[in-house]
Amino acid sequence: MASSLGTTASAGYSGASSPVAQALYRRRRRSNKVLLTLSVGATIFGLAWLVLILGALLYEGFSGLSLAVFTEMTPPPGSAGGLLNAIWGSLLMTFGGVIIGTPIGILAGTYMSEYGRGNKITTVVRFINDILLAAPSIVIGLFVYEVVVVRMGHFSAFAGMAALAILVIPVVVRTTEDMLNLVPNQLREAAASLGLPRSIMIRHVAYKAAMSGIVTGVLLAIARVSGETAPLLFTALNNQFWSTNLNAPMSSLPVTIFQFALSPYPDWQKLAWTGALLITFTVLALNIVARAFLSPKAQK
Amino acid sequence: MVDAAMTGVTSAGMDSAKLKRMRRFRAGDATFRGLTFGAALTVLLLLGGVILSLIHGSIPALSTFGFGFLTSQSWNPVTEKFGALAPIYGTVVTSFIALLIAVPVGIGIAIFLTELCPPWLKRPIGIAIELLAGIPSIIYGIWGLFVFAPFFQTKVQPFLISLFEPIPLLSNLFAGPPYGIGILTAGFILAIMVLPFITSITRDVFDTVPAVLKEATYGLGCTTSEVVTKVVLPYTRVGVIGGVMLGLGRALGETMAVTFVIGNAHKISASILAPGTTISASIANEFTEAVGDLYTSSLIALGLILFVITFIVLAAARLLLMRMNVKAGN
Repeated sequence: MASSLGTTASAGYSGASSPVAQALYRRRRRSNKVLLTLSVGATIFGLAWLVLILGALLYEGFSGLSLAVFTEMTPPPGSAGGLLNAIWGSLLMTFGGVIIGTPIGILAGTYMSEYGRGNKITTVVRFINDILLAAPSIVIGLFVYEVVVVRMGHFSAFAGMAALAILVIPVVVRTTEDMLNLVPNQLREAAASLGLPRSIMIRHVAYKAAMSGIVTGVLLAIARVSGETAPLLFTALNNQFWSTNLNAPMSSLPVTIFQFALSPYPDWQKLAWTGALLITFTVLALNIVARAFLSPKAQK
Repeated sequence: MVDAAMTGVTSAGMDSAKLKRMRRFRAGDATFRGLTFGAALTVLLLLGGVILSLIHGSIPALSTFGFGFLTSQSWNPVTEKFGALAPIYGTVVTSFIALLIAVPVGIGIAIFLTELCPPWLKRPIGIAIELLAGIPSIIYGIWGLFVFAPFFQTKVQPFLISLFEPIPLLSNLFAGPPYGIGILTAGFILAIMVLPFITSITRDVFDTVPAVLKEATYGLGCTTSEVVTKVVLPYTRVGVIGGVMLGLGRALGETMAVTFVIGNAHKISASILAPGTTISASIANEFTEAVGDLYTSSLIALGLILFVITFIVLAAARLLLMRMNVKAGN
């Protein structure tokens, strides 16, 4: 719309001027067209990858989808099996990581928005948190290896949960702070004028007003950690069998995909594709649900 | 403020039940505040803990090899000689290739979204690009290994090799044979992965350009391309650079996708079609199999180097974006 306005305005002007001005005008129009075509091309290029990747996942993974995937354990090479223990391990460790990480994240976000808004500590915590948010997850894996695995002397599901919790915290801190900052101050003042102590005001007024945004943050955190592989490689390791022992190595969907995809066995590779399909669509569904949770006001 | 109000009421005289409730309120207040403060400090402690534990873990390697760890190319678990140069080289080159592709494309998409796109299409395209960011990196890995690399090997790489063969310097850079996997493939996959980050930040900073500035430029008879290159980009330069740095931070630390397609060879080749390795890919591949303290410690030292590099890049990105935010008045 804006572009057509621009061109008609200059068309009217150039009509009355010399051939030199007309040539200049034509050149400007051409360079405009080139840039706009390139930007449309870039958009198509970007979207094409999404289509190609999802298409390949559906094509390769869908045929392997059967009941056995959800009811049988990961098989030794050459025999049939499913992904039950890997799915279970992923669910359990994601759940554990979120249960540990969410309260810490929400409380830290609460401090930054409700108690320390604008002060030095908040600025520093926000800066560090943003760096943790984008820090390489494999480094978090190394940290948990040093602190938990080496101390305990063996790999364990608990170490995996700790690694995932560290990845959950920054996501939740960020969204909680942002969402609490959006809560109108009149709500807080009204609560204070009723004589409510600050902690009760936060829990019963501010949290309620920011609820949908905080839930979004938690969902995004779940989406992020449920596909994480690198931090689990040397914390939870892997396990070919069904395990409920948090103190022992545990299988997870991403690590199983890693192991199976790089193996030379076609039936393992097939299961890897099916697992990849399951993870991707879970993560994308979580992303979409998280967006739907967010009120239109809080959306950018 | 609340506290002052409460003391005012208590001194006015109240029965003991109310006083007790008041005290409970105040204790609850203090506890809750303490809890939130503790949680905020936990974030700081986490970062400190990560740095300290990495330093602690890499002491054996760094004290054995000293500064030579950074400049040595050898990686031999049998003779226990380790050097970080090949992984550092791979990390830097793959990230550079990724940015070379992702920056123009990301800025192009942001221009499309802010200047050209019909309003009803804005949200769907924005969400689609962000879904690209949501796909776990292992999915890029498996797709890259089984779908992209074979295509690259049979269609793109032979073309590149024959195209650049007559040109002196470039012929070394694109020397065969076409493996499919290698530095260039990894860089390309990384480009797809960091594209959404660069796009969404660039779009957000483009949106901060005051409409008055753009309208004034259109009013002078400028074309859209002139508005973008002469007003929008100069106005948002700091923010765009911040977004690019953020993408760079992601690319440097990306692990799983790269591990699948880079080939895991601890050597530096002149050709970007040859297999190589990155810091994160080396750790992911070798850590659980590393035997001996020196091997493990060398891998942790690699992790420390990676963390220091990404920390600097990400911190610079944040500082630039903060400057942009101050300018936009948030």
